[in-house]
Amino acid sequence: MDSAVLSQFRSIIGDDQVLDSAEDLSVYAYDGTATLRVAPACVLLPETVQQVAAIMTVAHSQRLPVITRGSGTGLAGGAVPVEGGIVLCLVRMDRIIEVDEANLAMVVEPGVITQRVADAAAAAGLFYPPDPGSIKISTIGGNVANNSGGLRGLKYGVTRDYVMALQVVLADGQILNTGTKCVKDVAGFTLKDLFIGSEGTLGVITSINLKLIPPPAAKQTMIAHFESMTDAARTVSEIIRHKIIPCTLEFLDRVTIGCVEEYVAIGLPLDVEALLLIEVDGHPAEVAEQAAEIERLAGEHGAREVRRAHSEEEATRLASARRTAFSALARLAPTVVLEDVTVPRSELARMVSHIAQVSERYGVKIGTFGHMGDGNLHPTFLTDERDAREMGRVEQAMREVFEFAVELGGTITGEHGVGLAKKPFLPAAIGPVAMDITRRLKADFDPEGILNPGKIFD
Amino acid sequence: MSGTAEKGGGNLLRSLDYSVLQQCMHCGMCLPACPTYVETLRERSSPRGRIAMMRAIADGDLETSRVFAEEMYFCLGCLACQTACPAGVDYATLIEQSRAQVEASGVLDRGQRRLVRTLLLRWVFTSRRRIKLLAKALYLFQRSGLRRVVRASGLLWLLPAKLRDLEPLTPEIQSTFTRRLYEQRYRSLNPTSPRFRVGVLSGCVQDIAFSHVNADTIAVLQVNGCEVILPEAQQCCGSLHAHNGDLASARDLARANIDAFSTEEGGVDAIIVNAGGCGSHLRHYDRLLADDVEYAGRAAAWSQKVRDICEFLVEIDFRPPPASPDADVLRVTYHESCHLKHGQGVSAQPRRILESIPGVELTELAEADWCCGSAGIYNITQPEMSMKLLDRKMGHIGDIRPQVVATGNPGCVIQIEHGLRLKGLSARVQHPVSLLAAAYERSRVEAAQRDFSPESLIVEGS
Repeated sequence: MDSAVLSQFRSIIGDDQVLDSAEDLSVYAYDGTATLRVAPACVLLPETVQQVAAIMTVAHSQRLPVITRGSGTGLAGGAVPVEGGIVLCLVRMDRIIEVDEANLAMVVEPGVITQRVADAAAAAGLFYPPDPGSIKISTIGGNVANNSGGLRGLKYGVTRDYVMALQVVLADGQILNTGTKCVKDVAGFTLKDLFIGSEGTLGVITSINLKLIPPPAAKQTMIAHFESMTDAARTVSEIIRHKIIPCTLEFLDRVTIGCVEEYVAIGLPLDVEALLLIEVDGHPAEVAEQAAEIERLAGEHGAREVRRAHSEEEATRLASARRTAFSALARLAPTVVLEDVTVPRSELARMVSHIAQVSERYGVKIGTFGHMGDGNLHPTFLTDERDAREMGRVEQAMREVFEFAVELGGTITGEHGVGLAKKPFLPAAIGPVAMDITRRLKADFDPEGILNPGKIFD
Repeated sequence: MSGTAEKGGGNLLRSLDYSVLQQCMHCGMCLPACPTYVETLRERSSPRGRIAMMRAIADGDLETSRVFAEEMYFCLGCLACQTACPAGVDYATLIEQSRAQVEASGVLDRGQRRLVRTLLLRWVFTSRRRIKLLAKALYLFQRSGLRRVVRASGLLWLLPAKLRDLEPLTPEIQSTFTRRLYEQRYRSLNPTSPRFRVGVLSGCVQDIAFSHVNADTIAVLQVNGCEVILPEAQQCCGSLHAHNGDLASARDLARANIDAFSTEEGGVDAIIVNAGGCGSHLRHYDRLLADDVEYAGRAAAWSQKVRDICEFLVEIDFRPPPASPDADVLRVTYHESCHLKHGQGVSAQPRRILESIPGVELTELAEADWCCGSAGIYNITQPEMSMKLLDRKMGHIGDIRPQVVATGNPGCVIQIEHGLRLKGLSARVQHPVSLLAAAYERSRVEAAQRDFSPESLIVEGS
């Protein structure tokens, strides 16, 4: 990188916050996505919005690509740099500015770890529901930029549903404030929604106003065993048809169950096709009633057994079956590719059996688990990136899985984002009109094309 | 080629089984568990970042540079990342191999560093005789009044800064080491028909500065029906060497220990360790000697037998000390040694033991498993980061003000005692087995008092 530009950055954020050694560049070359790696030209770690704005002004005038990131845990390559690009790492912007109990809101900087958001809300007797799998290390800024989901999506929605206002530094360094703490606000277009899920292609989010809600008073956890995937899927549909919205409705397939049991030995049955983890929460009376109803419905639709947790400890143990699913699979192979196709709930059984067929046809090991309640599946491909032939088969298998999801009226990604990994599949998923509008929006917000170029679309 | 060329031939990271490196899927779940990442927020000071650099070196994309070398030694080696890792990355092997690579490359070589390393790793800590000799000299310095004179005179300022800072971290050397305690008292107390026959590792620092902990370890084992042997030919476990890039010495010591414990007649059922750092390393002799044709099999058998003392006591269903009318309430908290928790997965057992002791009120310490900054010789080599971590630990201890901080590793004891002194906190630091041994001893005395009337004692004593 041009040394004059580097010294400009140094004068903005200080010498020690500009990294450009070969070692430093090599460790910002990746995010949480398998196999993708590109070293940037420099890494900048600003601490204030003014610094971000000043950096963007320089980058804009020099037409330098800027890749914004937090902890780098994304699973679609959204934070993988481009050659010659600047990594704008916001982990030092990690202050919780305000917990506003009167308005049930919280103002945070983008580098705050999501778990801290949840903890700060809980400390005030409130609840921040979105809980992506990486909650312990993902940043809230990254969550907003990717519109992250989590296990509670079915009942509580996703990150988007909790963003009331944003402060965003635009490509040319201007600062935009969009949204307010007001529950009702229809003054003009809801611009904040454009930035949620835009993966750093439209602006740099520098402050977030989050909505908080009162926490549920009670919770009941249960686990149901099924000998057929169809029965499990039908049970899910029945629960929802009976107007019960559990806060968690997760499933594990046979491959995943086997791996989990081998890894943590919590007494899961090895002779079942599917396992549902169900949690209902709310008022204690309502929770008891819904739990009984779910038990009845599962029994009527082929559940071999339904186990209810009788203590907090048992609930944690049952829930750990789902929580350790990814770890249990990840231990089995050198390269693990975690996907997140999503289909309408009514099509779940077909999607899962299609994944199993694909796995067999291509000779690729795939474990599937996910959020059955909202149709969001995580087929996990176990492979080895050094084996070029197998990687070829993995790509073929993935393509078929994506195509089938779209065919069923679903989508290529439920919560991970498009980034680089899903880019080739986006046009087929959203169609030419949506692609055209997306490109026009991008050209308006970022005429020089410096914000996370090459992500989502070309 | 620049000054970072690899001396000593070969690239140890390249010779490593690549799948160990590849197992890291850079998901980032280790970041919040890593003390150096949390303090610096720098990716290169995270486990994921360090592994990425190792992999780049193995791939030939990066040289074994000074920056890399310094980062490898900035790592605490606390292994908290291994507990956090979903994919089961063997970070312990990676960091050991990387430090060996750093030493082979010579990028950190300077006269003074080389001299200190040779002196400590190759000369002092390869011979128990020399360790004890040095300890005796230190003991004389500490107890003769010479230390007081030196401290008061300001003579310490003549020493190089690093050595000067070392002085308050030097443990108090005991007058009697483990071997003599064993011969004088414990050997004769071995049960006649034991449930188990176990060998105790006396360690280096534990032996010279905490021989009473070794004595307590032997005592609680005997109370629980174990015959305890203390193999004479045992050496330093070699963790100091392995963690500092000297794998050759580490292997020599491992072989010597395997020989020492197996020549004892009939062998042992378990090898008992009471220092988290040593135990974590002893458990990995199998890995360390995997390529040793002669020793690989014996090392594998050895690793199966290694147990932390608390782990072993719980495993054999230890006898809880009986309730005592004289047991005062003792407010205890437990600090987890990194290598006990993350290196060996021993976490619940020490708490079980503490909770079994009459009078003990166990209060959880916030971030109990966050490194205290001791980390072997880290508090000497990286004083700045070490002090940050010690401050963090003291903050949590200050919040609950316990009477005792229980912990299972001598390095942590020295570091936490140092921190307590600095902060003016009055807690004492003890190994859980010392509290257990004291409870057993109290119940033994009480039983003796019940059995003998005061009159009979006078008659016997006269």
